[in-house]
Amino acid sequence: MNLYEYQGKALYRKFGVPTPEGYVAFKPDDIKDVTKDVVIKAQVLTGGRGKSGGVKFASTRDEAVEKAKEILAMEIKGHKVRAVLVEEKLKIEKEYYLSILIDRSTRAPLIMASPDGGVEIESVPDERIFKYRVNPEIGVQPFVGRALSKKMGFTGDLAKQFTKILMNLYRMFREYDAELVEINPLVLSEGKLIAADSKVVIDSDSLYRHKDLEENAEEKTPLELEANKAGYAFVELDGNVGVIANGAGLTMATLDTLLLYGLKPRNFLDLGGTDSVDITKNAFTYVLKANPEAILVNIFGGVTKCDTVAQGIIAAKESFNIDMPIVVRLSGVHEEEGRKMLEEAGIHAFADMRHAIEKLKTIMEGSQ
Amino acid sequence: MSVIIDENTKIIVQGITGHQGSFHSGEMLKFGAKVVAGVTPGKGGMKVHDVPVYDTVEETLVHEPDATMITVPAPFVKDAAFEAMYNGIRVVYILTEKVPLHDALDIVTYARSHGHVVIGPNGPGITVPGKTKMGIMPNHIFKKGTVAVASRSGTLTYEIVNALTLNGYGQSTVIGLGGDRITGLNFVDVLELFEKDEDTEAIVLVGEIGGTAEEEAAEYIKAKVSKPVVAYIAGRSAPPGKRMGHAGAIITRGKGTAESKIKAFNEAGVPVAEFPWEIPQALKKVYK
Repeated sequence: MNLYEYQGKALYRKFGVPTPEGYVAFKPDDIKDVTKDVVIKAQVLTGGRGKSGGVKFASTRDEAVEKAKEILAMEIKGHKVRAVLVEEKLKIEKEYYLSILIDRSTRAPLIMASPDGGVEIESVPDERIFKYRVNPEIGVQPFVGRALSKKMGFTGDLAKQFTKILMNLYRMFREYDAELVEINPLVLSEGKLIAADSKVVIDSDSLYRHKDLEENAEEKTPLELEANKAGYAFVELDGNVGVIANGAGLTMATLDTLLLYGLKPRNFLDLGGTDSVDITKNAFTYVLKANPEAILVNIFGGVTKCDTVAQGIIAAKESFNIDMPIVVRLSGVHEEEGRKMLEEAGIHAFADMRHAIEKLKTIMEGSQ
Repeated sequence: MSVIIDENTKIIVQGITGHQGSFHSGEMLKFGAKVVAGVTPGKGGMKVHDVPVYDTVEETLVHEPDATMITVPAPFVKDAAFEAMYNGIRVVYILTEKVPLHDALDIVTYARSHGHVVIGPNGPGITVPGKTKMGIMPNHIFKKGTVAVASRSGTLTYEIVNALTLNGYGQSTVIGLGGDRITGLNFVDVLELFEKDEDTEAIVLVGEIGGTAEEEAAEYIKAKVSKPVVAYIAGRSAPPGKRMGHAGAIITRGKGTAESKIKAFNEAGVPVAEFPWEIPQALKKVYK
């Protein structure tokens, strides 16, 4: 789950990582008196807001209210602005970069620090990014801060500040189950290192133990959210073939195969390992809401029994009055019974994926 | 010889009294696996398929277990895995999905520094046809043979194993690495095991989008694998930024695309099948 900048910064402060003074405003009325220059920043779950006009400055309250109104009405790259963050305008002497993420290939947390902050880290040359692989059994001890400080060019008090920020950030990374914490830029302002921005991604599977975090709607469509809530892994795509399959890998392989056959999937729906008529039947609810022109069901039954799936498909066809073509591939436990039931109900059923998709292609080409 | 587990491996099941634990213990026993005990706190004294159930892993040590299958709900996986490793159990297979990433990190870190093998989380386990099985792969698809399979997915593994069996290619060992971002084993780990394994003559890798495990596998194959390898990659149609079911299957910041993986495999001389059912044909070209 991505956090908004203001949520990420609230966590930074909780863990002793300095941030600019400020507050979040959800409506123009929330804007307080302006005593020194402020920056007003769009709170939106996407990057590049600066270039889109989502960051503005103000010197008076009226000006701040005006700018906040403008930003709150904006949509940036299709994302609605949730709020504005109003902060003191910092005197920036230099911008750095600091992040911690889980590196999949080394199966360890990875610290990345660069003296070239303020820009997309992808654009910074490799030799200017200092990496440190954390051994989680050791954690981040002060020596890590000293080593990185040396490379970053921090000495004396700044090295101490940097080490403290790094250790606190790592503590937050671990305690809040983060996939990523990023400070870009980490600014040097009047002798202090301050986190001027925050990007925090929390592992969604850990949210049950972080009840203090408010759940942000992910970048999902309403239909995706609805289907996810019902327990289906579901992703909307832009084609016209509704897809129901079991297992994430097989579902992906089904979408890939459709495309290679010149057919376009409308969705990804993973039924999971189920042996329930209702779970199968209800999956059709979400696929139908996506308005496909045909539906492909691809099941390789291990735990899932084919006759159960067949019952679910027949139940869906009857109760949702589906008259578009449905092509089913059923393989695995009780596959013959399953296919027989489907054929008796007038639904095309095949033992292998290839013939099912070829049949679907014939049907769809015939209907054009 | 086989990989990680064999016919003598004594297995316990943590969470054996649950729906998954009990069903799959039964299937494992039918496959010939030595399931010697189960653990469910508070249910000690019960029996599941005639297998004795204990309250703690420590109590199962009288059976001298070598491996555990963990089927407990995600919030309890870390505790269960550490209970097993603390008690000296060498192989820890985690079936459970949605295990918090940092819990998986802690489990895998400890395992690697203390000589334990972790399989999963969120994978179908390991099957050695004709010998034993720890996990949830369907019994009927396997045939004993010489082709090793490693996969990041579940059902797609069954699809491919089934295609191998139907085309006369039996399997030496089939391992599901798991669909999460951090797993105990990755492709390089198992390639090393398969290369050494006397029962394995050819290798099938079933990868998917996300991460760089396939690219690293390709490098390793180029340098160190003498046996023929073929591959399949799922997710070539996935749009960037969308998580395709598995926690690990996501294209982020342009990394982890199917194209990059296919290219890496091709450069390592590993044919990549376009369709899952083409794996046997691909194998025929490089193996027999």
